[in-house]
Amino acid sequence: MDKPRVKVPNKVKAGEPFEVKVLISHTMESGQRIDEASGQKIPRMIINAFTCKLDGEIVFSATLHPAVSANPYLAFYVVAERSGELEFTWTDDSGDSATATHALEVG
Amino acid sequence: MLEAESITRGPTRRRLLQQLASCALVLPSLTLAAEPSATQTAIAALIGDRVPEAGELVLTTPAIAENGNTVPIAVDAGGPFTADTYVKAIHILAPENPVPEVASFEFTPRSGLARVSTRIRLAKTQDVIAIAELSDGRVWRTANEVKVTIGGCGG
Repeated sequence: MDKPRVKVPNKVKAGEPFEVKVLISHTMESGQRIDEASGQKIPRMIINAFTCKLDGEIVFSATLHPAVSANPYLAFYVVAERSGELEFTWTDDSGDSATATHALEVG
Repeated sequence: MLEAESITRGPTRRRLLQQLASCALVLPSLTLAAEPSATQTAIAALIGDRVPEAGELVLTTPAIAENGNTVPIAVDAGGPFTADTYVKAIHILAPENPVPEVASFEFTPRSGLARVSTRIRLAKTQDVIAIAELSDGRVWRTANEVKVTIGGCGG
């Protein structure tokens, strides 16, 4: 799980919802694939949770199951009244997490 | 004459009970055929026994997905989005996948809009289901068929 990428508009208007796009590299191993060499199922290893916070408060969150494609992409909306810090967190089945932040400018 | 008719043609208690019994047998098997039980269980876990309406939920999917490994989908629940009345969650399910649950998105009044895009895996041609839960307890549901050329579960 690496290379979290976040796309937020440069400047947003107070009270007007804006779109946030996020993408992270992860195989999202579904637990359904068979390893051809061993004949065994490859164990599931997916990002199962994503959270977006604004100044520490949850804005949007997602629970992901194995049917979410590799390198999970999400686009969602946020509304803000003032500038602040957006924080994005991805967590996978091993408990590992990745975080990205973005200084949000509300004009 | 009237009496005789009511005896021969009228719905007797026995006949009513027989009809009810056959209905009870037929109905569950019909719903099972329409939707695999794993999906029914998953939906019940999400919304309990609340009955969904069509509401203002729009699910956008391709009619044909050549590659089931990455199918772009978008959901948009309209209606008011205020601190009091807003869309709390949208759930996506794919009944013909090995695991029917695909994703659940949870919103807050700070989301502003209940609109999400993502990319999902579909094992085969099926109806993708979206269910929205509102803060006032209402539930909306919609579904779209996606024809899948190459399945996306590595099988």
